[in-house]
Amino acid sequence: MSIKEAQQQSRLLRGIHRTLTGLHPVLESLIAALVGLLVGAILMYTWGFDPWKAYFALIQGAYGGSYEWASSLSRATPLILTALTFSICLRAGMFNIGAEGQMYMGAIAAVCITYFTLPPGLHHIVGLIFAATVGAAWSLVPAALKLMRGVSEVISTIMFNWIARWMALYLAIYVLVDPMRAEKTLSIPLTARFPILVPRTDLSYGIFVSIAFALFIYFLLWHTTTGYELRAAGLNPSAARYGGIRTKRTMFLSFILGGIAAGLAGATIVMGLPPTYAIYGGGGLPQLLNMGFDGMAVAMVGRNHPIGIIVAAIFFGGLNAGGRVMQFYGSNPVPLEMVRVVMGAIVLAMSIPELIRLFPMAKKGGQNLIRSLRRTTRSAPEEESA
Amino acid sequence: MSFSDIISLLRISLHAMVPLALTAVGEIVGETAGLFNIGLEGILLLSAFAGAIGAEAGGPYVGLLVGMGVGGVMSLLFATINTYWKGTQMVTGIGINLFAMGFVAFGLIQLGAPGFHDVPRAVSLFKIRTPIGMYSPVILLALVLPFVIHWFLKRTRAGLMLKAAGEMPEAADVAGININRIRLLAAVFGGAMAGLAGAYMSVAWLGLVTKGLSAGRGFIALACVVFSGLNPLLALLAAFIFGFFQALAEWVKTLPSKPIPGEFVSMLPYIVTLLVVSGAIGRVRFPKFLGVPYKRE
Repeated sequence: MSIKEAQQQSRLLRGIHRTLTGLHPVLESLIAALVGLLVGAILMYTWGFDPWKAYFALIQGAYGGSYEWASSLSRATPLILTALTFSICLRAGMFNIGAEGQMYMGAIAAVCITYFTLPPGLHHIVGLIFAATVGAAWSLVPAALKLMRGVSEVISTIMFNWIARWMALYLAIYVLVDPMRAEKTLSIPLTARFPILVPRTDLSYGIFVSIAFALFIYFLLWHTTTGYELRAAGLNPSAARYGGIRTKRTMFLSFILGGIAAGLAGATIVMGLPPTYAIYGGGGLPQLLNMGFDGMAVAMVGRNHPIGIIVAAIFFGGLNAGGRVMQFYGSNPVPLEMVRVVMGAIVLAMSIPELIRLFPMAKKGGQNLIRSLRRTTRSAPEEESA
Repeated sequence: MSFSDIISLLRISLHAMVPLALTAVGEIVGETAGLFNIGLEGILLLSAFAGAIGAEAGGPYVGLLVGMGVGGVMSLLFATINTYWKGTQMVTGIGINLFAMGFVAFGLIQLGAPGFHDVPRAVSLFKIRTPIGMYSPVILLALVLPFVIHWFLKRTRAGLMLKAAGEMPEAADVAGININRIRLLAAVFGGAMAGLAGAYMSVAWLGLVTKGLSAGRGFIALACVVFSGLNPLLALLAAFIFGFFQALAEWVKTLPSKPIPGEFVSMLPYIVTLLVVSGAIGRVRFPKFLGVPYKRE
């Protein structure tokens, strides 16, 4: 083998090795997803359903065609943003459980733009900015309580979720209510609605807001000093403080960014939701309910990485969209709630670090593969010197 | 506000105090050993559901036991992940909450009516008659347990071992204490108490299960723990305060004059929780290794 060939081969093998070790977290997410689906299957089986048929209907309903893809993506739109809320704060070392409440407030703020008349385009931007501001403001109080009084953000954000829920219900029922139809709020005016991306589906241009924000966060976290400081403060606060990073500032920033994301999630729901472009106070805010909590599952499976979150949100959006098909599937109607059972089981599985360790066979096989690759990559340059 | 109003307010406060006190005291034991379980909300909901099914199958005592069992098993899962498998406690807790939300909503649909399920009066627990209303015997446990746990944590060898596991696991390990096992046991006790609290809500107190039955009580119980600084007696006081505000919210809603909209009244317990917790913080101290899995060097 000539030197050049050996170099080429070693470069190739090193590349594969890097990809495989890089795939490790992806593999873990996949295993967690499988564990979750398995738990769901066992539960369905014990309640007398046929899990195969149910999952078949679910996958068909999630990714079976362009209509199904569109509805999965439309359900992924707010999930990407609420997942970002959780993961930005987690990257900075905080558990922000408050996406749910911040999203309610963002949605309410988005409904408020019906009171202005503006040209299209500008109206969209004003709506998004308004929702983002209100979402961020709602997240600032727990952040301030944490900074000034040391109140655990877990408890304060959860209390704020409940307060936001009742506040949003009050505003939706009494203040922003549509005088013609009491069960819903005023509809977003035509000038502020996101156009539909795929005809006859509910996928709107709102998805671009989500993806753009995810890419922005990716850029911010990995390509700017601020992002570096934020991640450093999350990994080891005392080391970061010693290194001259103002950890209180990064913490505050993470909450603001999280609040903006959650507020935008509320806005994308309200401004991109055919047919009425409104929220229903009468039914207890059904379109918004649990989107913030599901976002945490998405963040976990997406390994708190913006790109991973987009992929995971498409998976969970698919579960939600497919679940709707599953519950009306002929002789085997499994309730939609099963989807959330699966999500919970996935998150439980995700909380086990190195989940792969629990599957010794897989781990051993992977390690042997990596080891043999490493040996080859190491021996190749030696050949070169000889 | 007449005298009978005050009595009824007090009665509802005491009822509302029971699940909070039981859950909080159980969690104090768990947190002393170093496990922070935010899955309590989900455990309350699951055990309320399981307790109702158990009660319908074999009477109220079976219901309470089934609730405790389900709480214990969920906590066992939580503790296994976070001791032997070195998991992340927050994430496990969030997983339990999501799972419970989905499972109970799913189970209620399977029982017939989506959203809620009535527990027949015949299988609800007997009540003790007192001058200020009827109480289920579980309330006695909720009133006595904090004192027992206080004594247990302060005065017994096992209690000190628990503290050591949370404060200084390394030293405890050197002294021959099995950290993981002691944390596991503490968490299972905490889960069983939360399970009892859940079953109390469905079998003995409200007589129904809804998919939102826990309504943040698990988190309010955590707030009680924060307020108390791991002192069970203060946790009982906190549980009574939060129970009182829940009762007040219910009472104001029934007033014919409707002085404030119901939505704002419903916010009250949560706002009070926030205020009390932010007032209490600063003087309380938590175990050093709370939330950190123990790894031998």
